[in-house]
Amino acid sequence: MAENNRAVVKLKERFAADIVAVKKFRGEVTVTVKKENIVEICSFLKTALAYNMLTDVTAVDYLGQEPRFLVVYNLYSIPNKDRLRVKAQVDESACTIDTVSNVWSSADWLEREVYDLFGIIFNNHPDLRRILMTDDWVGHPLRKDYPLQGPDREPYKNRLS
Amino acid sequence: MGVDHPLVDNPLGDNIITASLDGLVNWARKSSIWPMTFGLACCAIEMMATGASHNDLDRFGIIFRASPRQSDCIIIAGTVTKKMLPIIKVVYEQMPEPKWVVAMGACACSGGIFDTYSVVQGIDEALPVDVYIPGCPPRPEALLFGLIKLQEKIMRERNSFGSTIGLGERFEPAA
Repeated sequence: MAENNRAVVKLKERFAADIVAVKKFRGEVTVTVKKENIVEICSFLKTALAYNMLTDVTAVDYLGQEPRFLVVYNLYSIPNKDRLRVKAQVDESACTIDTVSNVWSSADWLEREVYDLFGIIFNNHPDLRRILMTDDWVGHPLRKDYPLQGPDREPYKNRLS
Repeated sequence: MGVDHPLVDNPLGDNIITASLDGLVNWARKSSIWPMTFGLACCAIEMMATGASHNDLDRFGIIFRASPRQSDCIIIAGTVTKKMLPIIKVVYEQMPEPKWVVAMGACACSGGIFDTYSVVQGIDEALPVDVYIPGCPPRPEALLFGLIKLQEKIMRERNSFGSTIGLGERFEPAA
């Protein structure tokens, strides 16, 4: 059960109001949180619970649902050999979230990638530029409403993708 | 009885051959196609295999050069992304005339399976392609066949000598 996970118990003690859902699937624990206190949650996970490595930051676009985006943080604790996934809800209307690059330095480029491909703005990010697409690119290609063949093409069978 | 004299049958002796200047220049050019060392994707692996000893591009005088300034052919070997296209254009513009373009593989010919926002749908959107080689990736035999086709095309060019010394344009045969 995910509720018995040590990190989940500690998180619930500190940030009970922020936790939306806790799920365990095939041994992987995922905690969904609100985005407001993401920096505090992440620094707590790093300092108190020893999740000292941020392996990946990515996002999922649930087009048509609210909240539209989930920003996903995949964490690893090198001393405890334990993984944890944190998801933060981001609305389409307020498409911003605070950066965690001052918690884990590796978040810098990973958040640039999320910004580039999903258009999610990371507040207080040291260098929020596109990282994969060209600087003059218009749009964010991994959004579900971005046409697969590009905006300048006639959509194949009038479908987005 | 006809005239049977060495000066009639072979008036210049054994050490002189006659040819048209264009033919001579074309022959020299097709026998020393120096392609740019430039790979983009899995086709580049096949291009390297074609250059290696088993298929041995060297026997056609095809020697890969590491600088576009020493090359006269660019083999677009792989998927051309929109991000890579400006770089390919710069490399192509750095090559001295005359220069030829070989589109190797489905991606370079048409975008291939990558019908997406980030991929150029065929390098002929940007460069004048001389030979298209289908395949995903083409086998070394296919690349060899394409390069031999390019040699045949070079042999059919006209005014190649005149254009070199500033007299008119070089005429490239259509297909």
